[in-house]
Amino acid sequence: MRHIEETVDVAVIGAGHAGCEAALACARLGFTTLLFTVSTDNVAFMPCNPNIGGTSKGHLVREIDALGGEMGKNIDKTFIQSRMLNVSKGPAVHSLRAQADKSEYSRSMRRVLENTDNLLLRQAEVSEIIVEDGVCTGVKTTSGAVYHTKAVILCTGVYLNACCIYGDVRNYTGPNGMMAANHLTDSLVKNGIEILRFKTGTPARVDRRSIDFSKMEEQKGDNPVVPFSFSSDPEKMNIEQVSCWLTYTNEKTHEIIRENIDRSPLYSGAIKGTGPRYCPSIEDKVMKFPDKERHQVFIEPEGLYTNEMYLSGMSSSLPEDVQYAMYRTVPGLENVHIVKNAYAIEYDCINPIQLDASLEFRNIKGLFSAGQANGSSGYEEAAAQGLIAGINAAMKLSGRKPLILQRSEAYIGVLIDDLLTKETKEPYRMMTSRAEYRLLLRQDNADLRLRKYGYEAGLVSEEEYARTKEKERQIEEEIKRLSSTFVGSSERVNLLLKEYGTAPLSGGCSLAELVKRPELSYAVLAPIDENRPALRADVAEQVNIQLKYEGYIRRQERQVEQAKKLESKRIPEDLDYDEVGSLRLEARQKLKLFRPANIGQASRIQGVSPADISVLTVFLTGRKRKEK
Amino acid sequence: MRIQTTEDTIAAISTSLAPSGIGIVRMSGPEAFALADRIYKGVKGKKLSAQKANTVHYGWIVRDGRVLDEVLCILLRAPHSYTGEDTVEIDCHGGILAVGRVLDACLAAGARIAEPGEFTKRAFLNGRIDMSQAEAVMDIISAKSEYALESSLSQLSGSLKEKIEKIREALLFELAYIESALDDPEHYDLTGYSERISGVIRRQKEEIEGLIQSFERGKFIQEGIKTVILGRPNAGKSSLLNALTGKQRAIVTDIPGTTRDVIEENLQLQGLALRILDTAGIRRADNEVERIGVDLAKSQISDADLILYVCDGTKLPDENDREILELIKGKKGIILINKTDLEDCVYARAYGENTAFPVLEISAKTEEGLEKLKNTIVEMFFEGKISFNEEVVITSARHRDVLLRARESLDLVEESIEAGMPEDFLSIDIYGALDALSEITGGSLSEDLVDEIFSKFCTGK
Repeated sequence: MRHIEETVDVAVIGAGHAGCEAALACARLGFTTLLFTVSTDNVAFMPCNPNIGGTSKGHLVREIDALGGEMGKNIDKTFIQSRMLNVSKGPAVHSLRAQADKSEYSRSMRRVLENTDNLLLRQAEVSEIIVEDGVCTGVKTTSGAVYHTKAVILCTGVYLNACCIYGDVRNYTGPNGMMAANHLTDSLVKNGIEILRFKTGTPARVDRRSIDFSKMEEQKGDNPVVPFSFSSDPEKMNIEQVSCWLTYTNEKTHEIIRENIDRSPLYSGAIKGTGPRYCPSIEDKVMKFPDKERHQVFIEPEGLYTNEMYLSGMSSSLPEDVQYAMYRTVPGLENVHIVKNAYAIEYDCINPIQLDASLEFRNIKGLFSAGQANGSSGYEEAAAQGLIAGINAAMKLSGRKPLILQRSEAYIGVLIDDLLTKETKEPYRMMTSRAEYRLLLRQDNADLRLRKYGYEAGLVSEEEYARTKEKERQIEEEIKRLSSTFVGSSERVNLLLKEYGTAPLSGGCSLAELVKRPELSYAVLAPIDENRPALRADVAEQVNIQLKYEGYIRRQERQVEQAKKLESKRIPEDLDYDEVGSLRLEARQKLKLFRPANIGQASRIQGVSPADISVLTVFLTGRKRKEK
Repeated sequence: MRIQTTEDTIAAISTSLAPSGIGIVRMSGPEAFALADRIYKGVKGKKLSAQKANTVHYGWIVRDGRVLDEVLCILLRAPHSYTGEDTVEIDCHGGILAVGRVLDACLAAGARIAEPGEFTKRAFLNGRIDMSQAEAVMDIISAKSEYALESSLSQLSGSLKEKIEKIREALLFELAYIESALDDPEHYDLTGYSERISGVIRRQKEEIEGLIQSFERGKFIQEGIKTVILGRPNAGKSSLLNALTGKQRAIVTDIPGTTRDVIEENLQLQGLALRILDTAGIRRADNEVERIGVDLAKSQISDADLILYVCDGTKLPDENDREILELIKGKKGIILINKTDLEDCVYARAYGENTAFPVLEISAKTEEGLEKLKNTIVEMFFEGKISFNEEVVITSARHRDVLLRARESLDLVEESIEAGMPEDFLSIDIYGALDALSEITGGSLSEDLVDEIFSKFCTGK
């Protein structure tokens, strides 16, 4: 039998959110890239919630954009509603969330992929990775075709040995009836890769015409809308937006669930995979929080092209009849017509501790992995890893240093570091509480934090980078000006202060000091600031934030300085922990398992104590001196 | 988790806490001289930092305007000190309290309590210890840490641990609440929350304050050598306690099992502080109340510095004795054959067989042999056979340091509330307080927080 045999630089397996970013990054950096998918009609498919962003995930999208990724641009082109969440709280937790037109999102991404040089889509199922002497040299498809590569990126999402379950129905498919990939796991296992079995789920999709919206609370989009992408023009974001709707479950709903709980595959033991605590099914919520009288149900449109609505908050794997019964107890859903049943999905993913921070397998060079395949959950987490894996595959092929973001630089850094240093017991979801330096990692300053890395990698254009640098300069200059501009206790000044309910001045005070007062801001001081230059809104925003929260920001910056010293102490890859005497057994085992790249990472591994870190530091110092 | 860095100036007691003439507190690090200046008052107001290296200075340690001790300070400049850093050695009066107070003053001035083995580690990292000794340095660090952890845990048994865990629990709940609301703003509302949180913060700060006060009053420091009296019921344990202390504290009857609580007394032996605990006799208890007494007695053994095992010389050893001897194996102790005043006290040898413990014959009733017992204890101590748990003072200082940092963080939370800052700013310093407390309670805060969020709040899509 004759087989196709081809050579490309990079093969990306899977064209979901991780795969699209990975392939685009490689192709844009000049490498011929083949992007495999089970369906070219469904690239960048959103099999669950119809939105992008949200708390901490919005930060990820901003960071992806700053680095030169596509997700932010794509959602800006295809959103149908957008809101900035948490605006009543501090700037660090403001988070953008946009409802997507799912179909448009996918089609728009397809258009970008198909019009990127060096990038080719290929509808085929990859069944094997080819590994020779610890190096991945290619992939093979189910048709027997062989593709020789310099790098392979696994972005298999939830498709490996996928199985969709509700009640006693088991469909051996990927999400939404898409083809599962049933061969690749075997090949990964054969090559020594450890596989985990995870689970997640999705609620039913229902017909808009069968919903009584009068019984629900309407939630509209923001006006004006803030774009995700730093490259999008805010002026062009003002489209006509659609609404989402809010309703609640009640005691009747919970009763039905409790009565039928023995028919839930989650409780009968039919589902063995570990689900994310963050996306509990409605049956989980009812059983685990019996005191809660109601749970929120958020009804989101799947797009403009369809009447299907997504019932956020009510994912389930209960049998079809129970789904009908429980949904119909919810106000406004009394006569609801289900278009697609809710279901749970089980799938294979890899244990991410097998990767290094560039997302390459430690034991198989040239093989990278990103997205849900790494045990994370969510489109944004996937895209972020896809972008990093793509950049780093390209860096490797051009003999350059990998891009590794620190926890103090980006949520992406936190995400990858967590995957590498924590035991992944459930699909990992980004949360703001996971970022210890979140005051520094704001969504509003992602460009200031990360543009330079995107530029250095080659994904951010000269022009875009120059714009960021100019923004930086203007911010610095304006802060300097405000710090050295003093106002006195004139009538005009004190009248303004009185208007905002803050104490009048008795002597001179810099404008910078006034901005810091809780009642005031950069904007409201304009009338007493005669020489204020005309600045762009995003510059003014940075000036305000950086001045207002200066004390807190400085404090976190000092902590970062401390942490950086630990991160800079590298641990040699070949370190034999058995040689390090005096390490406690638990610490030794954990260190062997996680193989941290530096002392900072080692200190974050659960089970490694400060004393173990001291012991390790002494050992490494001794070793270094011996080498000299 | 706080990881050591070499930029901090560290302090520790570097002599054993035996009641000797002097004790030494050492401070090492870049700020050692500057910090010493803050607490040292010399003759004619001379500043330590302005003095030459390798010189000795007479003066006083002063805190809040109060003289704590008369001292000699020795200045050693980097790199010519043990650690290779600027070092101040403060020679003060010996005794737990005096040395402890000087250490506290150093900490209050801004030094950090040294982690176990940290002086040695610094000496090594600064090239003052030969690299061939790396192995030994690592052993010291790990052995000392292990010991510190053990004694820290042993001290934590009881009310202190409970209180700290309660504080941590309360703060963790609030932090999880804020974080849930930040993560899921359409689900958890923080309107009016700042009023509730200020109440919680105030209460927890008061709790912490109370604990700090109790450290300051020396409640956790003045412990002395923990001496536990053990024995079969009616062997004469309570009589011994009464005889040693000269008080009728324990109820003495002929009925076995009279002492059911643990009774505690303090005794001074030639300047040595003994904290003596009389326990219920250990035997297979028949009734519930007695069983609790026996369990209590057993729990006292684990962190005892010295065990006095009282035997009834008129009776042969039985299975209860064997059980007790098994329990105290490896501890420091003395076997006392009691009731020499009785004619049938003839079984001393039977108890003395197969044991490494010294055996003394006494009569608690006539006080015969008591002087010998006291002398034996003193000798054992000075010969180093009883190693008094000096970590008591160190861990107390460490615990206090942790509580001070937690309080500081809560002060910052209150400042933020006062300034009307949004809740995500409050959570920064609540996290800080919890992070400090975690050094005592253990556990990974970041994991605990995520667990708390998911177990207490029904969050998520």
